[in-house]
Amino acid sequence: MERHSLYKSKLTALMFILPTLVILIIFLYYPTFQTFKMSLYRVAFLGLSKQFVGLENYRYIFSSPEYRKIFLNTAIFVVLSVVISLVIGLFLAVLANQKIKGKTVFRLLLIWPYALPPAVAGVIFLFLFNEQSGMVNYILKHVANIALPWLSKSYLAMGVVITAFVWKMVGYNVVFYLAALQNIPKDIIEAAKVEGASIFQTFFKVTLPMLSPITLFLVVTNTIAAFFESFTFIDLITKGGPADSTTVIIYSIYRDGFEYFKTGLAAAESVILFICVVILTLIQLRVSRRMVHYEK
Amino acid sequence: MRSNILKISVYILLTISVFIIAMPVITAFIFSTQTPAEIFSYPPKFTIGKALIENYKTAWNMYHLGRYILNTFFIAVAVTVGKIAISFLAATVLVCFDIPLKRFLFIFILLTLMMPTEIMIVALFDLVTKFGWSNSYFALIVPFLASATGTFLFRQHFLQISPAIVDAAKIEGAGPIQFAMKILFPMSTNVIAALTVIEFVYVWNQYLWPLVIIRENSKQMIQIGLRMMITGQDATNWGIVMAGAVISLLPALAVFLFLQRYLTKGLFLGSEK
Repeated sequence: MERHSLYKSKLTALMFILPTLVILIIFLYYPTFQTFKMSLYRVAFLGLSKQFVGLENYRYIFSSPEYRKIFLNTAIFVVLSVVISLVIGLFLAVLANQKIKGKTVFRLLLIWPYALPPAVAGVIFLFLFNEQSGMVNYILKHVANIALPWLSKSYLAMGVVITAFVWKMVGYNVVFYLAALQNIPKDIIEAAKVEGASIFQTFFKVTLPMLSPITLFLVVTNTIAAFFESFTFIDLITKGGPADSTTVIIYSIYRDGFEYFKTGLAAAESVILFICVVILTLIQLRVSRRMVHYEK
Repeated sequence: MRSNILKISVYILLTISVFIIAMPVITAFIFSTQTPAEIFSYPPKFTIGKALIENYKTAWNMYHLGRYILNTFFIAVAVTVGKIAISFLAATVLVCFDIPLKRFLFIFILLTLMMPTEIMIVALFDLVTKFGWSNSYFALIVPFLASATGTFLFRQHFLQISPAIVDAAKIEGAGPIQFAMKILFPMSTNVIAALTVIEFVYVWNQYLWPLVIIRENSKQMIQIGLRMMITGQDATNWGIVMAGAVISLLPALAVFLFLQRYLTKGLFLGSEK
């Protein structure tokens, strides 16, 4: 907008922007700053005594096997759930992008679980995979006469949590991949066909490379979702167990902060997670900007 | 011929996928109508059971889901309306006012996208407790009233408005408040619709924050109400829990279905802050 057509009243401007600034400073900037500060203290006796310990909390986190396991769990959860939900999301988007009738209905039927509350997904999967009375074991027993200890074997429990997360997340990826696929110019695909490329060659050599900006964007948003939304699934389905095998960093922050009252450690873990999020968000902003150009 | 086979296999694959995706919720619905005896019958029955009304009534009354839905609805409306109003005003300043440090202010607001509540949960808990807000709706509403996403989306939208409109409004003698209310606001329905879906669903799905800050059960939000159904002392009656799951998914799903065409645009920014 040109300068001469702007409003000049400083007082009105202040009145309009103050609510946003005040809330952001008090409830976002200040607590973030406090988290950094708290990570340098050790709190004991339910918060009654506080002692400055410098980087001791970080040293402890990086050297204790218990926390190393938590980092490893987080990495396993994030990598597997992001890769699986991207691959399934792309597969479904390619299917729904074919010339077929009822496209919009199929699209809606593929994406709706994304709108469900994570807690609902968590509770339903807890019921499905419950060892004594769950549906999955009932069906397995009926069909193959086996029952698996879904929630008491560590890798199976991780599998259940990842499945629940992926089930809810896939719709989000379908939305974006479908939009991106529709933006690919038809003549490029036709040209590949004329050159005699098979469907698979066209997909891997032409379509997939053109989807790389959106894929990068989705890797970032899915990773951030996996960091935070995993909390609900783990809290409802496994409580971090068995033997801490599904305890990821956000669940550990909650436990240290609100069950064990080790707020210093919880704050230090938060700072570590914060740094990951900052890096990811910067990548995301960059990619979004590039995609905006792309659309024009 | 070949393309026909291909087309048919696309339909088959899509139908199977749609079915697999719907399976967990269909299962939840079917078992939400069954008595414990029916749920544990062998082989399991995949038909509507005898306890349909009974289970939903119990979930709604005995487990107070009705109460939690009311609480959550109130909070969701307050946050959504407040967020839209506050970020609308901020974006108006960033686009239509001549003030210093505009660029800085915009970046200052945008940076908060990197600060999800979960990351500072311990410090936010301390702060809100110090305000004496634990156990109150203030704790669930006030910290969420400002919005980087909202400010960003409104700003993008306002930037496309021609300066001629502002000039015309000025010649007509409209002050900034009139201009914002009478001209900018009616021009922003798309952004408002997108934000309504994003924010309503975000508040409806809140989990960790109400879990730690609300101790008094009668003030709790719906998702934690659902959590309380499976942490009771008695052996879980899964029929009632599944009824609870169905109850708590319906409002978010309804908002999504009504407004989903506005959603894609909003989703591009990714987060729901």
